[in-house]
Amino acid sequence: MPIVLKKSSRWRKLICHVGLILFIAATIFPFLMIISISLRPGNFAGGSLIPHSISFEHWKLALGMSYTDADGNLVKPPFPVLLWIWNSMKVAFISATVSLVLSITSAYAFARMKFRGKGAMLNGLLLLQMFPSVLALVAIYALFDRIGDYVPWLGVDSHWSLALAYTGGVAQHIWLIKGYFDSVPYELEEAARVDGATPFQAFIYVLLPMAVPILVVVFVLAFLGGMIEYPVASVLLHDEQKLTLAIGSRLFLFNQRYLWGDFAATAILAGIPLTAIFMVTQRWLVSGLTAGSVKG
Amino acid sequence: MRRSYMHYVLAALGIISLLAGFALVPLFYQAHQPIYAGAMIVVLALAVFIYTSPRMYAYRYVVPGILAGIVFIALPVAYTLGISFTNYSSQHLLSQARATDVLLQKRITGDASMNMKLFSKGDQYKLYFSDDAGKGYISDATPLTATKEQHVPLHETTATDGFGAPVLLKDLFKLQPGLKQVVAVMPDGTELRQSSLRRFAQSKPAYTLNADGSLTDVEHGGVLKPNIHSGFFETASGQQLEPGFRVNVAWQNYWRIFKDPAFHEPFLRIFTWTIAFASLNTLATFAIGIVLAVMLNWEALEFRGAYRMMLFLPYAVPAFISIPVFKGLFNENLGEINLVLNMILGVRPSWFSDPTLAKSMVLLVNTWLGYPYMMILCMGLIKAIPEELYEASALAGAGPFTNFFRITLPLILRPIAPLLIASFAFNFNNLTLIALLTSGGPDFLDTQVPAGATDLLVSYTYRIAFQDSGQNYALASAISSIVFLIVATLAVVNLRLFKVNRQNA
Repeated sequence: MPIVLKKSSRWRKLICHVGLILFIAATIFPFLMIISISLRPGNFAGGSLIPHSISFEHWKLALGMSYTDADGNLVKPPFPVLLWIWNSMKVAFISATVSLVLSITSAYAFARMKFRGKGAMLNGLLLLQMFPSVLALVAIYALFDRIGDYVPWLGVDSHWSLALAYTGGVAQHIWLIKGYFDSVPYELEEAARVDGATPFQAFIYVLLPMAVPILVVVFVLAFLGGMIEYPVASVLLHDEQKLTLAIGSRLFLFNQRYLWGDFAATAILAGIPLTAIFMVTQRWLVSGLTAGSVKG
Repeated sequence: MRRSYMHYVLAALGIISLLAGFALVPLFYQAHQPIYAGAMIVVLALAVFIYTSPRMYAYRYVVPGILAGIVFIALPVAYTLGISFTNYSSQHLLSQARATDVLLQKRITGDASMNMKLFSKGDQYKLYFSDDAGKGYISDATPLTATKEQHVPLHETTATDGFGAPVLLKDLFKLQPGLKQVVAVMPDGTELRQSSLRRFAQSKPAYTLNADGSLTDVEHGGVLKPNIHSGFFETASGQQLEPGFRVNVAWQNYWRIFKDPAFHEPFLRIFTWTIAFASLNTLATFAIGIVLAVMLNWEALEFRGAYRMMLFLPYAVPAFISIPVFKGLFNENLGEINLVLNMILGVRPSWFSDPTLAKSMVLLVNTWLGYPYMMILCMGLIKAIPEELYEASALAGAGPFTNFFRITLPLILRPIAPLLIASFAFNFNNLTLIALLTSGGPDFLDTQVPAGATDLLVSYTYRIAFQDSGQNYALASAISSIVFLIVATLAVVNLRLFKVNRQNA
């Protein structure tokens, strides 16, 4: 950049560095704290950032193992954390798969075909996307409660109903995938059509393989969304064995029984894979996020 | 045209789901929902039409996604609106038919009560009853395997034994499910039902159904009429009978929110705070985000990659983990934040019990959670600003502040505006934050409904529906519907004002 370097530039840089470092220190302080707490013996919040003694008791509990404390008592894990993680993954996986499958073909039609009502439908989807499921909590609960009277595996306290409730994200996914399809040149499918492929074959064998990146992004977005969702899950799930991690981890922090250390270990255990997925895919996710979604 | 495997697989899937759909029709019909059954048939017929008619080819692709959007978003919204006009709450959970059934199944215990002994006769059983005066009755041999109510007639008997030994206790336990279904009918017509393990007692329905849908109170006499305004069966004097049932109350819930001071007063306070929270938060995250983005886009600055990574961290960690962490850090007695403040300034602010402090804490935490998103957006948008503008301003001798306010900010505002609106809408409905951080507290002390200083409209709704003992789903739905209206307005504004940007996104 052909900017004339002034003397003040050095000072500015220094101010920037100091400012950024201070800000980052404040930002990551909570994370350092939580790591420290998970390694400290006992369920106390207080203490210095660097623990005086290190104990893995909380980690053992989080991993579902019991340990013997200093007085010789056997301490059992208070909650089935690994089961909760498994539940979360199951729900997130089902909902991500279902919503991806449902949205792919629509996105294809919106990107490549002409039909009546196309513009209105696209705008309608955009409007639907703005409605958060939080607002329909009562209706979601009442609907699944009713359905559960007839179809028990789709009622309250069922992972399938939760996964289906998350499927409301399709509107947003259709828009994301359509945007990507728009950027893929149509000529390739046209060539396939000339060779005698049906629109369906052109879609499956030509367009879909090229769209794998966006499909992965949408899947990851939906998966992460399902893993971290709190409100709907808190309404639909009650049984301790059925909880997802997002609601289950709250049980550690009741006012009367503040299992700070156990929570810390659980949080890190759950947070590391999620954060890792997020970090690895962030470059692609960010472009998807810019298209209109906000973190939940 | 060659058909691939895929076609056959899809066709098979289609037929299976069609059959599954048809299987639901009699189910609905049996559940006394003929409207659903009819609707199901119409939907299936439409599906068959769309997936076989060549004219509807494009719709074959569109339908799954659109249908999912309708079923999973539009339907709950419509249902919410529907509930908001009823009195659906924990006192009015059932439909009128179900409430009537529940009342008809209520029984009152009569005076007659007898001891029971069970004698086996092959794989069948005889029931022997004796009243307190020593009079005996015996039934014919019956299999105790019924799953529905089974009427067993009794005959008077004088023989007190001669049946062998009665069934042992442990076998009696095994026979409980069958015994529960036995209705022993005495010669005079009195019906006896099991009241404890070895005792049967007279019981009769507490209410009987009249032809006009009203109930007659068997014990006290008197007619109970369903009141379709209050949603209860009521006596002539107005006494109400639990459980109530759902009725249409028209605008009553909305009326309560806007006219009844006990409801509209907290509603207005919460509404004001929700607007303030969403706008302040959007502004704060945007301000921090854009400043950080400008710094990180300054090419002369070293370690930009490392800084970016660190600054991005709050966004990558799931909110359900980071919010409780803050809850702990802000803890008034044990939290690190007060520990530090106490060391430096000698103060221990009560973050959770003082309304103003609680509000600022909520804002602080959410800004921490939200700034990385804004930062990423701004970084992308700043990259798109042509370099020449900055070169020209450098030649004119402009400093960084002039650059920022004259070039960067104006050029970013236009493309980021729709995203700011989206962020506003998101924070307007940020239930997760409130539920996990303060649960709405500190609570107002002067209101009848549960409401607190940090409650947003959604968390207020959530409390009315799922936490308050009243569980007033209808009132909660009415509030939700009002919020829907606000969100819909925002959505339409977004769509109208920023159409061009949206199409490019």
